[in-house]
Amino acid sequence: MAKTNSRDRMSNEINAGSMADIAFLLLIFFLVTTTVVEDKGITVKLPPWSEDEVDPTKLKTRNVFSVLVNASNQLLVRGEPADIMQLRERAKEFIMNPRRAEDLSEAPNKAIISLKNDRGTNYETYLEVYNELKGAYNELWNEDAQRRYGTDYSDSMTREQKKAIKSAIPFVLSEAEPTTFGEE
Amino acid sequence: MGKFSKKRGKVMPEVSTASLPDIIFMLLFFFMVVTVLRDSELKVDVVTPSATELTKLQEKSLVNYLYIGKPKDNFKDTHGTKPRLQLGDKFSTVAEIPLFLERHKVKVPENKRARITSSLRIDGKVTMGIVQDIKTQLRKTGQLKVNYSAKQKQER
Repeated sequence: MAKTNSRDRMSNEINAGSMADIAFLLLIFFLVTTTVVEDKGITVKLPPWSEDEVDPTKLKTRNVFSVLVNASNQLLVRGEPADIMQLRERAKEFIMNPRRAEDLSEAPNKAIISLKNDRGTNYETYLEVYNELKGAYNELWNEDAQRRYGTDYSDSMTREQKKAIKSAIPFVLSEAEPTTFGEE
Repeated sequence: MGKFSKKRGKVMPEVSTASLPDIIFMLLFFFMVVTVLRDSELKVDVVTPSATELTKLQEKSLVNYLYIGKPKDNFKDTHGTKPRLQLGDKFSTVAEIPLFLERHKVKVPENKRARITSSLRIDGKVTMGIVQDIKTQLRKTGQLKVNYSAKQKQER
């Protein structure tokens, strides 16, 4: 009699202590099978494929900012060896041409950046150069947005505002077919 | 007076663990929401370089991943040590890119197809040769939106 009594009392509640363990197991399973991907990067719009190469010699040389990266990751900016640390500043100066120099771009919307690399160039170096050039444009867009609307260039701006800035300072970066000197 | 002390003495002070599962479940759901299921095993070593001008990829379903890097140690015997391209979960050649992109494309609703982005997860040590071949192939295929995957650079 006493035994059944105790059984009745026991069955009244389910032991929830193991629930935590089960949930932990699930949690650990998900932690193992999933990854936190850092989905960040430099977004680039590639030019559409066309068979005939654009001839850069048709452009005025003063409007072209040529950057060459060779197979040993050295930089040649407008025909002279250069350091990557100064690339951003030089690109900015070239695009805006604040002192109206004769050899820099006529206007920001006429400036063209030409990037050429070798098949043996390190991807890291290439991306670093690309990052600097993109950074130059981003900084210029920010400055322009500050001047016009008093805010930084960001996604919160209206479409018209963005369009106005992008038409004043368009991002034109042409990438030539690479040379094949230093491929491994 | 006596009444209170008697009661306290009888009942053992115990922390209730009934809410523990709920807390763990909350953690579980948090992780389920913020993470993505690993869809493919990486067979190449990829250490992406760091950069400052980053944009975040918005919709994960609109992104396809191309991995480029040297084969991991256990694949060196069969696939060599030169940088290789990995599509999905297998080693591929550049010529297989169009089919791979098409396979991803049919899973995306038609009105969103213009926003499909290719995420290039490329090891920093890779030379540009293979990267260039892949870029050319992407351009020929008409996949022009590309994201060079990179980490946030700490100092400027």
